Amino acid sequence: MTAAPPAAPSAERAARARRAPSGRVPLVLLLPALLGLAFLVLPLAGLLWRAPWSTLGTRLAQPHVLEALRLSLVTATLATALCLLLGVPLAWMLARVPFRGVRLVRALVTVPLVLPPVVGGVALLLVLGRRGVVGQWLDAWFGITLPFSTAGVVLAETFVAMPFLVISVEGAIRAADLRYEEAAATLGAGRWTVFRRVTLPLVAPGVAAGAVLCWARALGEFGATITFAGNFPGRTQTMPLAVYLALETDPQAAIVLSLVLLAVSVLVLAALRDRWTGAA
Amino acid sequence: MTDATDATGTTAGTRAGAAGLDARLVVRRAAFDLDLALAAAPGEVVALLGPNGAGKSTALRALAGLVPTAGGHVRVDGTDLRHLPPDRRGIGMVFQDYLLFPHLSALDNVAFGLRCQGLGRKAARARAAAWLDRVGLAEHAAARPRALSGGQAQRVALARALAVEPRLLLLDEPLSALDAHTRLEIRAALRRHLAGFAGAAVLVTHDPLDAMVLADRLVVVEDGRLVQRGSPAEIARRPRTDYVARLVGLNLYRGHARGTVVTVRDEQDGDMIDLNVVDYLEGDVFLSFAPASVALYRTRPDGSPRNLWQARVGGVERQGDRVRVQLEGPPLSAAADVTPAAVAELELIEGSTIWAAVKAAETHVYPA
Amino acid sequence: MKRASIATAALALLAAAAGCGEAEGGGGDRTLTVFAAASLTETFTALGKAFEGTRPGVRVRFNFGGSPTLAQQITQGAPADVFAAASPAAMKPVADGGATAGQPRVFARNRLVIAVPAKEGGKVAALADLARPGLKVVLCAEQAPCGAAAGKALSAAGVTVRPVSREQDVKAVLTKVRMGEADAGLVYRTDVRAATAQVRGVEFPESAKAVNDYPIAPLARAPQSALAREFVDLVLSRQGRAALTGAGFEAP
Repeated sequence: MTAAPPAAPSAERAARARRAPSGRVPLVLLLPALLGLAFLVLPLAGLLWRAPWSTLGTRLAQPHVLEALRLSLVTATLATALCLLLGVPLAWMLARVPFRGVRLVRALVTVPLVLPPVVGGVALLLVLGRRGVVGQWLDAWFGITLPFSTAGVVLAETFVAMPFLVISVEGAIRAADLRYEEAAATLGAGRWTVFRRVTLPLVAPGVAAGAVLCWARALGEFGATITFAGNFPGRTQTMPLAVYLALETDPQAAIVLSLVLLAVSVLVLAALRDRWTGAA
Repeated sequence: MTDATDATGTTAGTRAGAAGLDARLVVRRAAFDLDLALAAAPGEVVALLGPNGAGKSTALRALAGLVPTAGGHVRVDGTDLRHLPPDRRGIGMVFQDYLLFPHLSALDNVAFGLRCQGLGRKAARARAAAWLDRVGLAEHAAARPRALSGGQAQRVALARALAVEPRLLLLDEPLSALDAHTRLEIRAALRRHLAGFAGAAVLVTHDPLDAMVLADRLVVVEDGRLVQRGSPAEIARRPRTDYVARLVGLNLYRGHARGTVVTVRDEQDGDMIDLNVVDYLEGDVFLSFAPASVALYRTRPDGSPRNLWQARVGGVERQGDRVRVQLEGPPLSAAADVTPAAVAELELIEGSTIWAAVKAAETHVYPA
Repeated sequence: MKRASIATAALALLAAAAGCGEAEGGGGDRTLTVFAAASLTETFTALGKAFEGTRPGVRVRFNFGGSPTLAQQITQGAPADVFAAASPAAMKPVADGGATAGQPRVFARNRLVIAVPAKEGGKVAALADLARPGLKVVLCAEQAPCGAAAGKALSAAGVTVRPVSREQDVKAVLTKVRMGEADAGLVYRTDVRAATAQVRGVEFPESAKAVNDYPIAPLARAPQSALAREFVDLVLSRQGRAALTGAGFEAP
């Protein structure tokens, strides 16, 4: 029956615990840390170094660049929305509903993480393609064919990005204090109300972090997209596809496109971070 | 311990169909099995008292439906709630560390249960505001829980639980998270609100003072079983277990009475001692006396005290403005309270031998 | 001291990983590295085996890929001995940069065909059929040699096609047709030959306007320059030609 102290003192203690003990950073950690940082940052520096700054303006103004960028932003956002819609309940199930084979399901959820995206794209074709297990019925009954469509891009991105959201949200739900949900239940809240009005707000930072990761992954998606949705400017050609094709003939253009992608993602991620994850 | 558990599980005084709480809680746990009969009339506050791990909180959670029961019943105003989920039991619960939803304002915390009952946002907020006003926190309506002090949070939690107008109110260690000063103040306020509450209330605490002040009746639980129940005064006067005796600060012995002489067997070494008392009883009895009624002497006193024995000083500990001396048998272990001045005078140090005396009139004997 | 030795070990490991291809075997063993267009995969693998068979201690390593990508790797200094491209355009930057040892020589020609799923009968019989509305056609991206060839053939025939996708390379076009996602695609005759079970090729006369020449050249900075020349000779020999025509290529 140890009494948990009220919120304010515990937050204070947590803040104290986060402060690192004083003293020199050991070299064994510092050296690999700096190497790791350099390894991540140098390729970016290379892009900046080799960017054709003089022709940047004219290259950017090309309609197909803006088209690809717009498509990328739209599809990544839609994919993130879809991931939230499906992934948050899935994460909740994994964290809160004890059922047989939960470990297997959790492993299955992470499959897209290890699967080469191109294989993911083929797998999507086999299921949702025009001749796919599900796709043939979609075609026959509703006249819907997903490959070569913007919806196909969204699905490919969702497939690849959803694990990031599910893992992040599941962790947050697991870490959330179950007793708040109990308190809500004693106040007459059913499971759906508890989820909507207590669990979800409590794990909002985790959901936001997961959504950001998910969006970033969707934005950079290449393999599954080109395999499942093909490549057509304005419809399925997202930035990464445009970059890859430009690389074949015009590496300079590819660098420019990459810079645009980089700038946009840094901008959006920084903004979101301040707004959501930073506040929590 | 004769009246500890009724075989039927229905507690004396309340029958099925009657108003208030009538429960028998059977919970299987890894550490122990809880089997506890519990009743509370409308307007009555029953305190569950017991040492840590005795099953008090488990019992409360079982009442709330947060812990599955293996048997028994949970009747509130005649309806058995045992198979209902927590959200359909119509109870109110104040948790140990309040568990105010951190993302909602104090007002919305209180309005939460009302919204769950189907009240519109506006109406729920209006009712919640009234409740906040009743607990004296009207001006903190917009505050987030993290901005509230412990005492304020406790009052919001109470308002939140009462706002749904439950038929049964459960309070789990409602004061334990507070510092001593706030505790005093909040205890008084809580007492006022409980007095105004029409339903049955069950309070879990390990603090005898909380129990005595807040409850109309006490139920003492040890190892998942009821060991004693009664009014606070009765329990304070007639403890029946060592735990209760310690809680109420009495020396307690089991013995055998023959008229006004009680033979007490020291539990540690089995030595017997006859004590003179004033209550006339025959058979197995409890005998108790207060530590303050034990007189200590360096040398054997002459004359008057009739219950006199020699004991070893096991420990000396300051408690407030007095000093608690642990006397070790044989023939009798006891706690004695003396003044700090007496400690010096008597040269009380651990291991020294001392004479102890209790007047017959200071003892209290009651049937076991 | 200990830290330094760990770092050294890590660097040594990296170096070993990076260099393992070149120093392979040691002793008298030599490794020839050939960069070749993806469409040459089957033919060149077979020729490589033959090459190794007559030269004990020699191993041939291939890097198959999109021609422009390979060309770019070579101009960036990738250690290659021979480059075989799917189009003169892809060979051009390598030759212009002086990275070839001597003039590239055309060793094969490839012709476009319309690939249709093997089970679909007769929906597409001529190039003009590709313009039919509702027909899902996939082409190579304009940047890829097969895309350029397709563009030439279609404009020569005066046919306007609205493809549903422009795939990154010819194998991707074939995959889409093979899986039934697309009703037709323009690919090389050799590609259809390699996937006869699922895909049928429809020849069309306009393909003559868009014949792809495959140039090959030993590279100037080849680590194995003698072997490089010998391999190029093998490709150009009667034996090489037989292998290529067997796969559906035409002789130059």
